[in-house]
Parts: sequence; structure tokens; C-alpha cells
Amino acid sequence: MKPAANTTVRSRGPWELAFERLRHDPAAIAASATLVGVLLLAMLAPVIASLVGHGPDDQFLDVGLSPSGIPIGPNRVFLLGTDSLGRDVLVRIAYGTRVSLLVGVLASALAVLVGTVVGIAAGWYGGFVDRALSRLMDVVLSLPFLVFALALVAVVGPSLTISVTVIAFFTWASVGRIVRAQALSIRELEYVQAARTLGASHTRIMFVEILPNVTASVIVYTTLLIPGAITAEATLSFLGLSVVPPTPSWGNMLADAMAYYKVAWWFVFFPGAALLITTIAFNVLGDSVRDALDPRRDQATPISREDAA
Amino acid sequence: MTASHVSARSGEPLVSLEHVVKEFPVKRGSVFTRTRERVHAVTDVSLEVRSGETLALVGETGCGKSTLARCVMRLHDLTSGRVVFDGHDISTASHAELQPFRRRMQMVFQDPYGSLNPRRRVGSIIGDPFEIHGLASGAERVTRVQELMQLVGLNPEHYNRFPGDFSGGQRQRVGIARAIALRPDLIVCDEPVSALDVSIRAQILNLLTELQRELGLTYLFISHDLSVVRHVSNRVAVMYLGTAVELAAVDDLYEHARHPYTRALLSAMPVPDPDRSAAREEIILSGDPPSPLDPPAGCRFHPRCPRVRARCSLERPALAAAPGDAADHLSACHFPVADHETLATTIAGQGAA
Repeated sequence: MKPAANTTVRSRGPWELAFERLRHDPAAIAASATLVGVLLLAMLAPVIASLVGHGPDDQFLDVGLSPSGIPIGPNRVFLLGTDSLGRDVLVRIAYGTRVSLLVGVLASALAVLVGTVVGIAAGWYGGFVDRALSRLMDVVLSLPFLVFALALVAVVGPSLTISVTVIAFFTWASVGRIVRAQALSIRELEYVQAARTLGASHTRIMFVEILPNVTASVIVYTTLLIPGAITAEATLSFLGLSVVPPTPSWGNMLADAMAYYKVAWWFVFFPGAALLITTIAFNVLGDSVRDALDPRRDQATPISREDAA
Repeated sequence: MTASHVSARSGEPLVSLEHVVKEFPVKRGSVFTRTRERVHAVTDVSLEVRSGETLALVGETGCGKSTLARCVMRLHDLTSGRVVFDGHDISTASHAELQPFRRRMQMVFQDPYGSLNPRRRVGSIIGDPFEIHGLASGAERVTRVQELMQLVGLNPEHYNRFPGDFSGGQRQRVGIARAIALRPDLIVCDEPVSALDVSIRAQILNLLTELQRELGLTYLFISHDLSVVRHVSNRVAVMYLGTAVELAAVDDLYEHARHPYTRALLSAMPVPDPDRSAAREEIILSGDPPSPLDPPAGCRFHPRCPRVRARCSLERPALAAAPGDAADHLSACHFPVADHETLATTIAGQGAA
């Protein structure tokens, strides 16, 4: 550790300390690097398409399919092979990454936002508010995801917006429960009592006193929520309930590949691998973040004492 | 608002508690066999805190002293009775109506680890009162917070540190700085030193005493440590199972305790001198305090009292001056103990053990 200037009076906060731990965790570095790669793949999809000269929806019925109409395997022209319509699997995976990340992040963000607000309100107000919100969460958690999604799509038609909404709707309640449980214990702590004796408003107590103390677990939960949302989007796509073809997504690529897995392994392997690698990376990162924010380490002060010395 | 700047004169009552009752409903059993019971935390306590004094509330764990303090601070709503602060009944005031009084009464909490938000910098914590009441912002707030830090013996340069960077004693100083920020009249100290190392206690107690002198503070000081109470307080109220059993000036109480429970408490106080320690009266109370779910009838202390008689279980003694006592020495006992009497002999067999 470099000898910090000991005149500094601004001690590092819990977040900075957690980030410091994260920076020294090989698993976190590997997972972050993987996710940066996935992000680059999504952002550079048009670049990749122009480099290989294949658009995501371009069908190469002559060079992309064998004479008998079977997809062709990875070669110099099609680095990851082609699909059943002679389209470039690499380019389609790159474009599919955009859908997966967009839906995964947006749906999780929406779920976390709603879940945190509802959870804090239920935990802080207690009584009738708590009972009403808790029952609401119970109801949401007991609804069957796929049946509900199928019915909704049958009514309004498949789209990206619907995917995001449906996934967020089915996940906010689990965030809400976690946050509620924490808020319930935090509200009894003396610093919340202190805020009350100072005359702090409900809003101030919920967002200045309670929120910073549930953020750690919310962040951990979010990193674990995103892969779930990505998988859920893939499931919806697989069933044709999300993005509309020919727009590629990992889920609808896997669905297309189902009939060909015996003759064209690359067609099912690469989209599946993309899905697997991304979800594993998010899960590993989530575990590392949880370790870095570990409350038992939070209580320890030796690091700051070192600074002070 | 004008009233909020006019302090009660020294010696006048600043806060009056009138027949304060606080009960907590508890639910027991499953949905079908649910019974509703009540914890009688505070039962009919009347006392007043005079401006400029330190009134100590003593009693063992669970006797209702903290609940009573929280009723004064309106952290709890009263079940019945009134809390009158400087002439204004605040027991039913709304959040908005309470705001001017919030500025005039503050609290120092017991747990220096629990009373400061671990995720916020101490400068921001001490600045809370200014922010909440919109009294100072920006550079002015920083200046005032740093003045406060200096006043309570903290290094103002530590403004941007987190509570986790401080020791228990320093954290308690942060809590005190927050409490005195708005120059309140009353500070409720809820066992402010009981969670601290013995070596730190004296420092914090001295700080509280100095601040009282400099800022003209009134303290409601809650403690179960009688040596601490003797050191800091002017008057002492002894509580047992939700009721006040004795109230007197500090020396009067320590020298001429009338209530058997007070005598027992005093006899449990450690005496540093081994010769005196061996010679003094030792009263060992049998049993545990009864459950506040179902407090005993009559005098609440009668099941454990060495002097219990028939009347004690029937009639609740009022808090009043015993014959021959000063007018402000109140005790709630049908058979107050005289100065020359010793209780140890009364409980033959147990006292000898």
C-alpha cells in the first residue's frame, strides 16, 4: 500500500474501501473484463458487421448454405458459421448482445427502483402500509411468469418494451422483500431515532438514513438480478414473445437452432455460449461485490487506523 | 415562535410529566389463539424537570426509565397523561407542531455505535440539525459544525471521517455535538456512558458537566449506575417496574433513602473502601422483577419487599413526602424506612448469606 499523505483528513468511505477490495480480487477482475468484452461486442456490432461485410439480416443462400441447404460451419468468411437462412452467426450474436444487455439492465434497473422504494416504505411505515405492500408482493411473487407473459403478449403483441416491463414486473417484489426486511431492522436503530428527535421528515429518514444502509445489499442483488433478466429475455425470445424476427436475439437464435443441432453444432453452441458466459460473469461479479461489501468487514476499522497513523 | 426563544427561568419546571402512562400492546399465540396483552412499561409517573438542573432517572433494566425518556422526546406516543414542555402540552402535538420543540430538546443515546449512521460522514451527521431546521447551509454549516466539534473535544479536521474511524468515546462526543448543535434547553441523556470503557466515562461526564455550565443546559439523565448519578445529578428519581418510587435531592436520597427498593439499590453500589464496604448494610433482594405484562397489585415492589405487610398488596402507595422529610423528598411507600433502621436484619436468613 502506498504511503498516503498523512495530512489527509478525508477518510475513505465504505464504498471506496469496497472498491479497493474489488480491485484486488482476481475473480472480480476476470468477470469485469468479460463483461467489458460483452459490452464491446454489443457496441461494436455494426463495426463487426462492416468488417466481415455481412449485415445481421443478410441471407447468403448461395455461399452461406451447403448445396443441400444445411448451414455451413465456421470458416474464413463466416467465422462462427451460418444459420439456417445463411446468415452470419457472429454478426447475429453481436446484435443479439444488444438486446440481451438492454433488456437485462433496463428490466433490473426498473425492478430495483420500484422494489427499493416499496421495500423502504413498507419497512419504515409498518402497520397498514406494510401489510398492504407485503401482500401485494406476495401476490406478484405467486403469479406464474410464463403464463402471464404468454397471455400478455397474446393481447398486446411481442416487443422489447413488453419484455422489459414483464421481467421487471416479476422481479421487483423479490427486491422489495429484501429491502423491507432490512429497513425493518434499521428503523429500530438509534441513528434513526436520533433523526426523529431532530425532527427529520419521513422522506428524509427513508432516503438519507435508511437508503444508504440498504444500498450494499441492493447492489449485490442487482448484479445477480441482471443475469436472471437476461435469461428471462432469452426464454421469452425463445418462445417468440420478445423481439420480433428478423431482429436477432440469443433466445430466438437458440430457438431457430433447435432443429439443426445435430448437423450444425455452431448454430446452437455459440449463442448458448454467449448466454452462458455473460450470466456466469454477472454471477461471479455479484459474489465478489458481496464479499467486498461484507458487513463483517465493514465494522473493522484497521484500514482507516493505518491511514490515521 | 417567540416563545421558543424564551427559556424557563432557572429552577422553574421546564418539563412536567403528568400521570404519564405508556403501554405496549403485544400479540401472542397463533392467528387462532391470539391474545392481546399489554406491557405496562410506564404507569402513572408524574415528575418535573426544573430548568438548569440534572434530574437522574435510575432503576434496573426494564423498569421503564428509557421508555419514559422516549415519551418525553415523543419518540413514543403516550397511552395517557401529558408531557408539558415550557408550558406547552406536547403529548398530542403533530409532527409540524413539534418542530419548534424539537429544536429545544435533544437526546444523547446509549449506544455510540448504533446512534451514528455508519454510512455518513460525521460532519454531515453533526450538520443534520442545521439542515433539517434550515438554519445554516454551505460554508456556514461547515464552520458551525467545526466549532461544535472543537467544543466537544474533537479535531475539526476529522469533519470528513466516518463514524467507523472513531473510538466509542469519540463517537459519543459526535452524538453530543449533534445534540447541542441547536443550543437546546433540555438534553435527555439515555445511559450516555454505560456502553463506554470505564476509563472514558469520566471524560464524557466531565464534558457533559462543562457543557451544562457553559450553555445552561437542563439534563434528564438516565442511568443504572448510582456512582455516576451521584457525580452528575441534582435530583434523583428512582423507578421500579414502571412507577416512580422515590424522588429527592441527590444527597438527601443517598443519605436518607425512605423506600426499601432505594435502600436495596444503594446497598448494591460498590464502595471503593474495603473497610467501609465490609461494614455497610447489605440487602439482597430475592427473585426477579415481576413481568410488566402482569404487574402486581398494590405496591409494585411488595412481592420482593423485606418489609411487606398486608396493606402493601391491596393499596398502591402515592408518591408523597414522608413525615419528617423535606417537602421535595417524595417516596411511595406505606411504611417508609427510617434513617436508623436497617433492612438487612429484617430479612433474616437471606441477609446473612
